[in-house]
Amino acid sequence: MSVNPSGWRPSAPSAFESTAETVTGNRALMLEEPLLFEIGGRDQTGVDFDSVAEGKPRLGGLERGGLDLPGLSEPETVRHYTRLSRQNYAIDLGLFPLGSCTMKHNPRLNEKMARLPGFADIHPLQPQETVQGALECIDRLAFWLIELTGMQAVAMSPKAGAHGELCGLLCIRAALEARGDAREVVLVPESAHGTNPATAAFCGYRVEDIPATKDGRVDLGALKARLGPDVAAVMITNPNTCGLFEPEMKAISDAVHAAGGLVYCDGANFNAIVGKVRPGDLGIDAMHINLHKTFSTPHGGGGPGSGPVVLSAALAPFAPLPFVTKSGEGYRLIEEENAGEEHPRTFGRMTAFHGQMGMFTRALTYILSHGADGLRQVAEDSVLNANYVLRSLEDVLDAPFAHSGPCMHEAIFSDKGFAGGLSTIDVAKALIDEGFHPMTMYFPLVVHGAMLVEPTETESKAGLDQFIAALRSIAQRARAGDESLKAAPVHAPRRRLDETLAARKPVLAYRTPAPDGAGAAPLVGGG
Amino acid sequence: MRYLPLSDADRAAMLDTIGAGSVDELFRDVPEAARLTGPIHGLPSHASEMAVERDMKGLAAKNVAAGDAPFFLGCGAYRHHIPASVDHLIQRGEFLTAYTPYQPEIAQGTLQVLFEFQTQVARLLGCEVANASMYDGSTACWEAIGMARRVTRRKKAILSSGLHPHYVSVCRTMAKFTGDMLATAAPELSAETDAERLVAAIDGETSCVVVQYPDILGRIADLAPIAEAAHAAGALLVAVVTEPVALGLIKAPGEMGADIVVGEGQSIGVGLQFGGPYVGLFATREKFVRQMPGRLAGETVDAAGKRGFVLTLSTREQHIRREKATSNICTNSGLCALAFSIHMTLLGEKGLTGLAKLNHARACEVADRLAAIPGIRVINDAFFNEFTLELPVEARPAVHAMVKKGVLGGVSLGRLYPDEDGLAKGLVVAVTETASDEDIGALESALKEVCQ
Repeated sequence: MSVNPSGWRPSAPSAFESTAETVTGNRALMLEEPLLFEIGGRDQTGVDFDSVAEGKPRLGGLERGGLDLPGLSEPETVRHYTRLSRQNYAIDLGLFPLGSCTMKHNPRLNEKMARLPGFADIHPLQPQETVQGALECIDRLAFWLIELTGMQAVAMSPKAGAHGELCGLLCIRAALEARGDAREVVLVPESAHGTNPATAAFCGYRVEDIPATKDGRVDLGALKARLGPDVAAVMITNPNTCGLFEPEMKAISDAVHAAGGLVYCDGANFNAIVGKVRPGDLGIDAMHINLHKTFSTPHGGGGPGSGPVVLSAALAPFAPLPFVTKSGEGYRLIEEENAGEEHPRTFGRMTAFHGQMGMFTRALTYILSHGADGLRQVAEDSVLNANYVLRSLEDVLDAPFAHSGPCMHEAIFSDKGFAGGLSTIDVAKALIDEGFHPMTMYFPLVVHGAMLVEPTETESKAGLDQFIAALRSIAQRARAGDESLKAAPVHAPRRRLDETLAARKPVLAYRTPAPDGAGAAPLVGGG
Repeated sequence: MRYLPLSDADRAAMLDTIGAGSVDELFRDVPEAARLTGPIHGLPSHASEMAVERDMKGLAAKNVAAGDAPFFLGCGAYRHHIPASVDHLIQRGEFLTAYTPYQPEIAQGTLQVLFEFQTQVARLLGCEVANASMYDGSTACWEAIGMARRVTRRKKAILSSGLHPHYVSVCRTMAKFTGDMLATAAPELSAETDAERLVAAIDGETSCVVVQYPDILGRIADLAPIAEAAHAAGALLVAVVTEPVALGLIKAPGEMGADIVVGEGQSIGVGLQFGGPYVGLFATREKFVRQMPGRLAGETVDAAGKRGFVLTLSTREQHIRREKATSNICTNSGLCALAFSIHMTLLGEKGLTGLAKLNHARACEVADRLAAIPGIRVINDAFFNEFTLELPVEARPAVHAMVKKGVLGGVSLGRLYPDEDGLAKGLVVAVTETASDEDIGALESALKEVCQ
């Protein structure tokens, strides 16, 4: 019988073991990638241009010397960023239960629609007769947002949730000033997102905390006692950051209104109630909607977001410019030039153009896909998934509010019961080794060692069961004092990183090493 | 419902685990009066992918895409060719569907990109450090004024008349609430910028001077004399760049003494998108970094001694400092920063310089051809890829008349400054590498006809 003369044999498992480090530092599919500045060159480029006959420059004598910006060819560029991408966790890879962030699946139809040249390739200052479809798209999304929230109007231009908060508070301040009633204080629950107090302070208000009750809700009695002629507004998150609906919301709104104040609602958690509850029915005056949360526009590694703000009748006259209106056959923009006649009480403009159009097209696509019935199912499934996680783990993790009933779309746990020396961060990092993104840690501040789990409606039961099994095992190890948790993660592209060093000696830009190895060159770029 | 994986059997089994009889029981904290019992009136039910696509395409078709007409608009947003690999790479799920890198061990991709972005932006703008992006140029501009207030402990900002009027509007809106005083003015149709007026206006109360470069009319002037005057009075110079491609050819504001340089980064890697999302650039001196708003990525090491990156100096930020934060910004513009960074990597110094030269040469050619039309005057002596024409007729109707001829011929100053009669004949024309010879010919003949 003949044998393959090359020496080839089918591969088979071997009994030998090796722990040797690799020469490259790579580990098969886990590839290390240097910094662009270590591999690129000033004379390298990945683009070609038509040659051009250069005339005498008309640059006012301000020609630049050089830029020290390295380039890469196209194949090197594709490889650089593809390798980097593989060091990221993402929704596309698995469960990303980051509480308060609503990391749900991002439908690719949204991406495709946003890239239609009729949306992606239009200039914000094009004559309005050439952008009627864009204005109609904004108007249709606005209609849906108004209907879903039961409000009177919506300001579409805010660029993100925190920018929306700013918009809402500026409306409130403008409305109060218009009635000659300057007030100084904004009340914010202790459990609020950090953006709430930061925004209120940015608008010139003094921020005071509202305490929470033992079962994780706003203390209505304490709130009522604090209300008075100096309180401009109350900022409430509902469902709140403990994952609970505020059952007294209407009573809170009524009390604030009776005291002459206004109610701002942080809409970060709208996903739990979309299609089920309309904030307008709860007496809310302003609420931002994170399109990148409830309406699935991608989070993109930290933005761009989009934060339209729905407004009550009391605040609608003060909404920012520009906005879209329909008149006769067409749509048009209300901007500075016609605001005097048509929207005279506006507080002004918040951004150069019309808001995050690229997010509007995605959000409208998502809304049309789900429809009114589907959005309602979104809320129900997101709440069902969170309660499933809560009840499946409450025997091994302390769930401080579980006794008071079901949660909304996120389940909260504390670090109570962990053995000494082990903390929430150890549990979170161990989840990384199990192939999950950790939950939100140490937020809200009112729960010690908080772990806020928001699975969202786009997770299957099988996926949740795997997550629950992993977290159950880690929680048991934490209770048993398994110190090896402190080493986690061990399977990620990096072990725990030294954040203290990063803050103590900030290195915020790459410094080209001096050629003689005597140390880094000065930071300043340019030629 | 294609985006919802739970089956009815799953739902029943999960309710069983929870110990609830129905999903409605989970909503028991919602008072009866606030609950909606059926689908919201007037809203349609769910739709197939095909049906939604048809609907959205119908909307898109009602717009004139810039690529479908001779196109010459600028004034804060510019149409450049974006290499195909940029959009491919930003659509990788690991970038697109990740979030703010709160867990650095599994977010090194995003963090290294941000560190590289910060370095690219700092070098482009001629500064020491840059942040990981802002919402857009206009909000970055306002944040710079706020930062100058914190650094100088003064509240009077002097804004150049060449600053984009929408940026001025944003600053005015915010200043009403923060108590900053803004000195503003409208531009004049002249080759001269208002540098002298700015220098004369600086006093001991001035926190900063804000100058756009190139300015709203496309003019370019040396920032060094303004920087000197500002520094002599203890004030800062804030420079605003809305067309960063220009910095491939002209001196960076940081090189001329600007203390804070902000910009709109859309030109590099990000499409027009009717005004957003865009990406704000923000750079400054290292000594001011603790007063800088926005996220920052920094270098560090991991437990095994390997280099890695983390978000850092977060004690400036809202989630730590709450009401004492430098800004309320949380989400920035990560994916657009990625697109900017990839495009900048493809360009490199060589490509950016080449792109800038091409833009400038094209713009010079178009300026000469349009200046030859009887009655039209080019007001700029110096410009990059955008210049201002004074037409013999009002520019606003002229723009609409050109649309009827299928030409998107520029931005009229009447649209930007509706109350300034002296600017009514001004038309700002931007010429990038995307303008073909046919496009330029179409603009030339359309302008000739509407100016008759």
